[in-house]
Amino acid sequence: MSPRPGFVLDVDSSTPPTLFWHGERFSLEKLPEGSRVIYAPEPEEALADPQAAIRHALTHPEGDRDPLPALLFPGMKLTIAFDDISLPLPPMERPDVRQLVMEQVLDLAAEAGVDDVELIVALALHRRMTEPELRHAIGDRIYDAFAPNGLLTQHDAEDRDNLVHLGMTDHGEDVEINRRAAESDLLVYVNINLVAMDGGHKSVATGLASYTSLRHHHNPATMRKSTSFMDQHRSELHTANWRMGRLIRDAGVTVFQIETTLNTDTFPDSFKFLQKREWEWKAKDRIGYLGAAAALDRMPARYARRLFHSVRAPHRMTSVQAGEVEAVHAITTENVWAQQGVVVEGQTDILTMGLPYISPYNVNSILNPILVACLGLGYFFNLYRGRPLVREGGVLIMTHPTPWEFNPVHHPSYIDFFEQVLSETTDPTEVADRFEEGFATDPWYIHLYRTGHAYHGVHPFYMWYWCAHALEHLGAVIIVGGDPKAVHRLGFRAASTLADALEMAQDVVGPSPTLTHLHAPPILMADVQ
Amino acid sequence: MKALVVGRNLPRFVAARVASALGSGRGAGIGPLQLLDAVAPDRPGDDWFPLRPLLSGICGSDLATLDGRTSRYFEDLVSFPFVPGHEVVGVLDDGGTDHAGRTLAPGTRAVIEPVLGCAPRHIRPPCTQCGSGHTGLCGNLASGALAPGLQTGFCTDTGGGWSTAPLMAHTSQLHAVPDALSDQDAVLIEPTACAVHAALSSRVADGDLVAVVGAGTLGLTTVAALHSVVRPTAPCTVVVGAKHPRQRELAASLGADQVVPPDQLARAVRRRAGSLVLSGRLTEGADVVFDCVGTSASITEALTLVRPRGRVVLVGMPGKVGVDLAPLWHRELTLVGAYAYGSEAAPEPGGPDRRTFEVAIDLVGSAGLGRLVSALYPLERYEEALVHAGAAGRRGAVKVAFDLRNPKGRTR
Repeated sequence: MSPRPGFVLDVDSSTPPTLFWHGERFSLEKLPEGSRVIYAPEPEEALADPQAAIRHALTHPEGDRDPLPALLFPGMKLTIAFDDISLPLPPMERPDVRQLVMEQVLDLAAEAGVDDVELIVALALHRRMTEPELRHAIGDRIYDAFAPNGLLTQHDAEDRDNLVHLGMTDHGEDVEINRRAAESDLLVYVNINLVAMDGGHKSVATGLASYTSLRHHHNPATMRKSTSFMDQHRSELHTANWRMGRLIRDAGVTVFQIETTLNTDTFPDSFKFLQKREWEWKAKDRIGYLGAAAALDRMPARYARRLFHSVRAPHRMTSVQAGEVEAVHAITTENVWAQQGVVVEGQTDILTMGLPYISPYNVNSILNPILVACLGLGYFFNLYRGRPLVREGGVLIMTHPTPWEFNPVHHPSYIDFFEQVLSETTDPTEVADRFEEGFATDPWYIHLYRTGHAYHGVHPFYMWYWCAHALEHLGAVIIVGGDPKAVHRLGFRAASTLADALEMAQDVVGPSPTLTHLHAPPILMADVQ
Repeated sequence: MKALVVGRNLPRFVAARVASALGSGRGAGIGPLQLLDAVAPDRPGDDWFPLRPLLSGICGSDLATLDGRTSRYFEDLVSFPFVPGHEVVGVLDDGGTDHAGRTLAPGTRAVIEPVLGCAPRHIRPPCTQCGSGHTGLCGNLASGALAPGLQTGFCTDTGGGWSTAPLMAHTSQLHAVPDALSDQDAVLIEPTACAVHAALSSRVADGDLVAVVGAGTLGLTTVAALHSVVRPTAPCTVVVGAKHPRQRELAASLGADQVVPPDQLARAVRRRAGSLVLSGRLTEGADVVFDCVGTSASITEALTLVRPRGRVVLVGMPGKVGVDLAPLWHRELTLVGAYAYGSEAAPEPGGPDRRTFEVAIDLVGSAGLGRLVSALYPLERYEEALVHAGAAGRRGAVKVAFDLRNPKGRTR
């Protein structure tokens, strides 16, 4: 039986309460009659033989690219770059897709007699991964073969000696990427395309770039013109990356792009109710919900956080394609939409969403207030194609505890950004103009980024810029159940209950508003007609 | 007429010290302070004039004395019984002569520069420090024509501001209050003079990063002094750690570039200094740090905030503190006190020196520092007043003072 597609439920008097995420907790909320709830499609069938599919993709490439074995030769310099800890979410059960793909790439390289092989984590300005995280992503066999010999490195966007400036695009954008990657005879990039935004030219042009390069598209103006990030053809972020990617190609860097898609099987059995539709909950699901909710309510936040970050998703690969970047990415994007797309008729006055405990930037860490804003306004708000789910001037209501809490190891500059920048202004353009350079060049943040496990000093700015489109579009943002001080620092409104938030929202959008709830995760993307 | 009088009574000092564990000023009712019928002190000489207090502030050093927390260093620099109150604006009912020899008509409002140096003590010739205008550093505080007492308000012979009876002011202490200043402005002149002296003696240079630890009266007036007195010749960036919201508002309005809660001060300084962090300490830091609190914790913090070879200026009165001086030694820091006032060198080479009080009078007027007076109490409600002063920051207040103008008393 094929999986059911996504679904938009019209709430009526018989509709059971709807599940809302609230960080490391969740609740059931009764939505007003007439509201809509958007559910993700059910998980697609996984590839029956992923190893064979990978082998096929490597030997039958898309676009103008030879099969991988034909690109490998003795004496060549081969670099394999791969996505970092930010993908997938939650981290998937072993074996990770990156491991499966890279093992085959390395087998082919070995068969071809290639002995100059290096692996690079394409982390751009993200934090460096820890050894356990790397072992989880690429497997012990690869890790043990490369890491002890210094052949597994993490891209360092501040290592001037290992960056190369390839030129400027016709829009005046610097293209500066990892020297080893650029000077290799072949650069293989292994992607996990969790959402439509991932992959394409963005993989190399962003993942292996320096701040000099990234600042050209990670800025408020670009983000406001990306409507949305999930729609490549209406995303200035992607347009800029495509310009850069083509310049990289024209500079002689040969990229063999490998992209993979996953199904939306997001939670293990104990939390399976989280990805089911509430009216279809069986006794087991109800018991699971009640037990989990009660236990989490009694559990200190840090233990609940630890519990959730130990969750490994049973994601399974649904497609793998390889070859020339743009040809590969076109297929990938179709596949992602096929799994995640839900047709939605018309916009709504009020969009509600329950924010979970995790975003791309807090794996094994705290979803601090800036990341709360980014998850809601940067990611969930942008899960659309066509038009935003919520109308211009509408209200976004998010549920999350939004604690004034930061991981000082992972997010040191976030603390200062929250304390010192947002206390003065929340306007993304002013934030950029007044403060970005100081944070981006701060030697302490650079030191922590290069030697510890800290996001780069400029990273919280990027998180705030991700919100720029939504901030410009929305009439108000309300966080339910958040720390009021932290919520106000973000420039949002705080409500203690969803009912209060709905009442507050009516001050903005008027009486009898339409309401839509985005029932995610699992991830879905709204195709708003 | 009534006056608050501190007697030498060891059991009461002990009781006050115990009670102050519940909060500064909590021991007022059982401590050495008593409300008594006031007797105006004798005139110590023809160059002394009775000054009838109008407002008299409650200073941190007063609280420390009444809480029994003052360093024993000061034991011989006080004579009992004494009427506290050295932040005083009063009226010269019979007129007088000011520090520069100018005649002050009867009814003139005046403030006193309370240090009891060589001039009030009729010591001729004056000591080296008084001779060079640095009266705050006088070495004769227990000699001469007066009983020991480092300032009016700690000397049995002069009286003090916490009284409806006149105190005695020496001509060298008197400064007329300009008509444009309110009584509230005027009562802030003395603490402002302390801040002005600290700011001007701190050697802040053009482009320096300055951190201010604490935003009570001294912290806020230091910010004002840095902004109005130092910046015109040495533009500097001022970052303030202020505990309470009202303090943060005031610090910003007085010219601070950045005001943050105390737990964020190190991060704010670090970012502005572009410093790294080693073992919890900044590798660089502020060029000058003003400690306007005076506790072990605040001095320790100041030592972590300052850059190598930087200066830490102690503005708040410290007592016996426990501080790890390893960073001071290792980073070649300068830890310097800033007590009271005297004469300040002109900003331009060759310009005339000015009395610190004159600079402070100008600053109080231009910065409107009278707004720092948050509450006025009649003497009869001294216990409430002292508790309020002891919890000023927490209660949204800055300066609490006694209002001696109205015998019926009032608060605002």
